[in-house]
Amino acid sequence: MSLLYQIFIDPFAQMIASPDLLVQTIWEGFVGGVLYALIALGFVLIFKASGVFNFAQGIMMVFAALTLVGFHEKGAPAFVALVLTIGVMYLLALGVERVILRPLVNQPEISLFMATFGLTYLLIGGGELVFGGNPKSMIASELYLPSGSIDLKMLGGTVSLQKLDIAAAVIALVMVVGLGLFFQNTRIGRALRAVADDHQAALSVGVSLNQIWVIVWFAAGVVALATGIMWGARSDVSFALQIVALKALPVLVLGGLTSIPGAIVGGLIIGVGEKLGEFYWGHIFGGGIESWLAYMIAMAFLLFRPQGLFGERIIERV
Amino acid sequence: MTESGRRTEEVLLSVENVWLSFGGVTAIADVSFDILRGEIRAIIGPNGAGKTSMLNVINGFYHPQKGRIAFQGQPRRRMKPYDAANQGIARTFQNVALFKGMTTLDNIMTGRNLRMKRGFFWQALRHGPALEEEIAHRRYCEEIIDFLEIEHIRKAPVGSLPYGLQKRVELGRALAMEPVLLLLDEPMAGMNLEEKEDMSRFIIDVNRHFGATIALIEHDMGVVMDLANRVVVLEYGRKIADGAPEEIKRDQKVIDAYLGVAH
Amino acid sequence: MFYREAGQFKTSYAADMAIFPIRQDRIGLAIILAIAFIAIPATGNLFLLDTVMIPFLIYALATVGLNLLTGYCGLLSLGVGAFMGVGAYACYKLTTIFPGVNILIWIIASGFVSCAVGVVFGLPSLRIKGFYLVVSTLAAQFFLDWCFARITWLYNDNTSGAIEVPTAKLFGLPITGPTATPTTRYFIVLIFVVTLAWIASNLVHGRIGRMWMAVRDMDIAAELMGVRLLRAKLLAFAVSSFYAGVAGALMVFLWLGAAEPEAFNINQSFLVLFMTIIGGLGSIVGAFLGAALLHILPIGLRALPGAIGLSLGSATIEQLTFAITGALIIFFLIVEPRGLAQLWRIGKQKLRVWPFPY
Repeated sequence: MSLLYQIFIDPFAQMIASPDLLVQTIWEGFVGGVLYALIALGFVLIFKASGVFNFAQGIMMVFAALTLVGFHEKGAPAFVALVLTIGVMYLLALGVERVILRPLVNQPEISLFMATFGLTYLLIGGGELVFGGNPKSMIASELYLPSGSIDLKMLGGTVSLQKLDIAAAVIALVMVVGLGLFFQNTRIGRALRAVADDHQAALSVGVSLNQIWVIVWFAAGVVALATGIMWGARSDVSFALQIVALKALPVLVLGGLTSIPGAIVGGLIIGVGEKLGEFYWGHIFGGGIESWLAYMIAMAFLLFRPQGLFGERIIERV
Repeated sequence: MTESGRRTEEVLLSVENVWLSFGGVTAIADVSFDILRGEIRAIIGPNGAGKTSMLNVINGFYHPQKGRIAFQGQPRRRMKPYDAANQGIARTFQNVALFKGMTTLDNIMTGRNLRMKRGFFWQALRHGPALEEEIAHRRYCEEIIDFLEIEHIRKAPVGSLPYGLQKRVELGRALAMEPVLLLLDEPMAGMNLEEKEDMSRFIIDVNRHFGATIALIEHDMGVVMDLANRVVVLEYGRKIADGAPEEIKRDQKVIDAYLGVAH
Repeated sequence: MFYREAGQFKTSYAADMAIFPIRQDRIGLAIILAIAFIAIPATGNLFLLDTVMIPFLIYALATVGLNLLTGYCGLLSLGVGAFMGVGAYACYKLTTIFPGVNILIWIIASGFVSCAVGVVFGLPSLRIKGFYLVVSTLAAQFFLDWCFARITWLYNDNTSGAIEVPTAKLFGLPITGPTATPTTRYFIVLIFVVTLAWIASNLVHGRIGRMWMAVRDMDIAAELMGVRLLRAKLLAFAVSSFYAGVAGALMVFLWLGAAEPEAFNINQSFLVLFMTIIGGLGSIVGAFLGAALLHILPIGLRALPGAIGLSLGSATIEQLTFAITGALIIFFLIVEPRGLAQLWRIGKQKLRVWPFPY
């Protein structure tokens, strides 16, 4: 009986008793959700344009962040290091297209998916060799990212918003809107959507698949870099971070694999849901439920809408 | 000239006032017809008329919003595909739906799955009752392979076969289910004249020797005239004609909708 | 020239449908079994047994299980590690609660426990397909990970969270725990793995295997032919989890001797999945080949620098192994997406016409 009380009554009572804490938790969840959404965005970009589910998106994020810090450690000023890193991500996109995508162009999707597994391990091993396995701190201040916090007095208490988090949310919003407009309105964006639908048809109307793929993987790489900077600024950059990318999967489940707005909405739902769940209900189960709560939320959604919130309904034709 | 199927007067399948829609699109609107046991029934009409949807409804894959379907006297609305298969309804598909990862023989053997009863324990052991069952069913499948003249490709992976042979294998797989009612969705699509003649011969033999009633979607009017006992004509989801091939050929509505100038 | 089938005519369906219809294949199998059962233990090389063969066999078992689910039934799963853990912890609890019962019985029983858990997490597979199913299996993986760490009952409230294996005996010989010799343990594992692999082979050559492959290739057509999709998929989850559970129990009880919760995390799932893919989806032989490559290769890589006089830190070797594994996966997928098993088949094909080129 008391367990039922703990699950169904107590958390809501706590929420009402300290609304400032509720808002704080929601804000934390929102920020986490924005970062999940950015990772998911990288997945969506690549999937939309090449039909490949890029498992390596998480490690690309870590790799990009490490490269940035690495250049800076070698003496490059912050923004030069940034430009150099963007260059590295471009080279990576070129490499991936040449070595992985081109030879596998006609293979079933699962092969390409597995190839990105291979890429992940390659980047983990190679990255650790080059940068060493120790966690590093992100050069946030050199990049003029704000620090400190804004404290709002509201609802009977204080809600503290980190300026960095606000910056992250703004940057993410700009990127999402920019990418969305790009896909809808430009020639290249149309070509990307054509490639996502049907490789051979796109080829037959003159779209250069190889160019498109390089562009898309580069874009995903830039998104990964931005995400890596944001994540790294909040906590250190290390290879453990790539597991976080797995959290993007429930986001994709919710938002659908091909929808940019879906990635955002999904990310926010998962981020907020996860934080609220852990904070108000986690202690009942001994804590640490953040590790699997996102997946359970996604599964619950899946059972009612198998294609996710925004994904396309697949009508099977026989 | 006309080699019609052997038919009786007993109604095997009756479709009554069936309506089917997907979202805003109505695929089948108030269609009624019946199929007599032993006959070859053709369903024809222009593309998008709802012919494949009609087969899917008979199979239990789609469920009509309104209307009634009775098979062998038993009415059913929300039948599952499993039940349709169990009651003896088998089919082939417009786009060959073979199991591309398996050989011809294995594909046909999957048609015997419903009749293979040995449980998990015996399957795990294989030697003994499960193997005996395999061999018994293999015998039956070999008769089908012999009938369809595909012995030479029985161990070939079906993905590597030419289109015409794939269609034949698919027919074999449907036959392996010993169907009472066999639904064929454009079995001659993409075939040349010789292949069509072979397939027509197979279909007639299936009707005569295996005793299966056949419902056939087909675009080749020559085939329809030769094979069918009776024809149903659909257009935009509605039935516009129903009767013997000669009558249909001369029906003005059918000519306007589908046939063009009278043959 | 010596691998010809000329003269071997099949005069009955039974002979045609045998799993190794060519006589040379049967001889080859007999030789392999002889090596496994006689030659390898006879060397007495404890390193070979303990570090190479026993884990290879255990991983091969888990890979066979995953192959049944992913290769034959087409259901991609990233939860193998967790199901291995379920088997291990179930065995531990069973043997500590009822120490009098023979450990072998508990190993099999823990397979069934893992089987039940697998079925529960496989239930979503009717509504969800493909990529989304991966997410469901990941949910299983992370949730069970959490259980292994947080539910103290599972590891008898041991403060470190680890479990240690008690000594168990068979016919008076210790087979688990610190006193069991590698040779004894090797035989037990070998018998388990050979038996279960034989059963898996029987299953896939019969109606169940065909049913799974039908579901994999075109589930709508399979359904319209009378296959009950949910039952077929759940059966695949059940059998696959059983194999994973037994593998997990064997891993803890007959190889490592102890376990921590991290032993069954997502990296384990990835490892077994890679073994499945590289070995070849849809092949029992492939499972063994993939396990061999991905288990023995890192051992070789770790030993190599020392052997050729290079000194590299152990961390560097680990990283190199990661990188080379990743490169290998990509390489295999490009060169032969159907894995080592396909290369094996092609090799045999070439052998049949040897010494002619085609």
